[in-house]
Amino acid sequence: MKRILQTPISEQEARDLHVGDVIYITGAMFTARDEAHLKMLEEGEPFPVSGLALYHCGPVVRKDTAGWKIVSAGPTTSARMEIFEDRFLERFPVRAIIGKGGMGEKTLAALRKVGAVYTHYTGGAGALAAQAISDITDVHWLSELGMPEAVWVLSVKEFGPLTVTMDAHGESLYTTLGETVHENMQAIHDRIERGE
Amino acid sequence: MNDEELIRQLVAAIRKAETVLGKDVVLALKEASEAESGTARVQLETMLENVTAARDGSIPMCQDTGIQTFIVRVGAKYPGLSSLRSQIIQAVRRATVEIPLRPNTVHPFTGENPGDNVGEHVPYISWEIVDGDRCVIELLPKGGGSENCAALGMLSPGVGIKGVKRFIVDHVVGCAGKPCPPGIVGVGIGGGADLCLKLAKLSLLRPVGARHPEENVASLEVELRDLINGSGIGPMGMGGKTTCLDVHIEYAHRHPASLPVGIVYQCWADRRARVTIDAGGKIEVI
Repeated sequence: MKRILQTPISEQEARDLHVGDVIYITGAMFTARDEAHLKMLEEGEPFPVSGLALYHCGPVVRKDTAGWKIVSAGPTTSARMEIFEDRFLERFPVRAIIGKGGMGEKTLAALRKVGAVYTHYTGGAGALAAQAISDITDVHWLSELGMPEAVWVLSVKEFGPLTVTMDAHGESLYTTLGETVHENMQAIHDRIERGE
Repeated sequence: MNDEELIRQLVAAIRKAETVLGKDVVLALKEASEAESGTARVQLETMLENVTAARDGSIPMCQDTGIQTFIVRVGAKYPGLSSLRSQIIQAVRRATVEIPLRPNTVHPFTGENPGDNVGEHVPYISWEIVDGDRCVIELLPKGGGSENCAALGMLSPGVGIKGVKRFIVDHVVGCAGKPCPPGIVGVGIGGGADLCLKLAKLSLLRPVGARHPEENVASLEVELRDLINGSGIGPMGMGGKTTCLDVHIEYAHRHPASLPVGIVYQCWADRRARVTIDAGGKIEVI
């Protein structure tokens, strides 16, 4: 059975999640990349974001007579946001971050402190992601930041599969995997050296 | 030469590249999916579902529709040469609205985005003048996440081929999930700093699974692919057996004091298309 989280997500619901869990999100989420993070830290939130999901995404959108429509909306590389995500989380307590590629130690510590998770959505799967987005309910800073960097507020239904890869207990799939890869690399270097 | 018809076909080629993943890549993803289990398999299955959704809906498979890139090999006697640049630029502007594409050209100093995927030196057009009267245009729209994982190594020739292997494997594995693996690792060896990177990018035009015609280069491609896949990085950097679908290598002769190695990574959404035009104006989109 699908594990579906409805926004606003509570701190307890976020703390109940563990690395490896697969979830789907229904409700409201918003996009923010590099520029929107900076602007929110400088100017404050353009609308109340507490308890929502933060999506690292710069979508393709189209405007028709009925308004804005999502065309393609997969995740962007989260590592770029590592430089300010801890400050962002402490100031704007979202409960789930959706991105790709994972984040670092500073974000992991902030997830633990605030009570939130980092979840991974398959990079590049923009067409599939668009199918789970039923509506664009609002957009902020579009003229200043442009389409990819603006804050798009999305209404989503069973958005996923999202794999929890960093949880509020200090666990990170990337740390564990990093250790395995490090061991494998020693064997790979030996093979190169021996010329096999 | 009918200008309007060529622009229309160039837009069709951009649409094809952005919305339909090549059979070679789909096959490689399917094979990888069958070999994996758990999270790795979920990632590959999601990619394949996404490929179907993009093709059926004629929508970009990835929201990062890339920097529009055209590799043009044009015959010296091709009659439409003088208007080709402007036709490509017009096609990019039109495709941005019609498909649509994400406006991806940002002024590096002011941050201004003109909104039409056109700007200084962009779309990127690589020109090569060849014999004859035909024109072949290869499209390689390239996303930012994978392009950020490009690298240049100006190695000391003394490190030899072992040093080249170490540089490539260490770099690709170090990028982990960032370039959306499993993708294609393009490698250029020799030439100079710019040429090795260009060769790396051009190597991506080759289909997945197609080997370099020289046997020793071909075997190095296979060896590097297997070494990288032994790392355990896996699909989307979440662990697994498939970190890359293929390695493609091109080379140039090098200066005695230099051993340049360029790496250009292409994500699993390995978007490509080709337009051929003959002297009579007959256009084909492949």
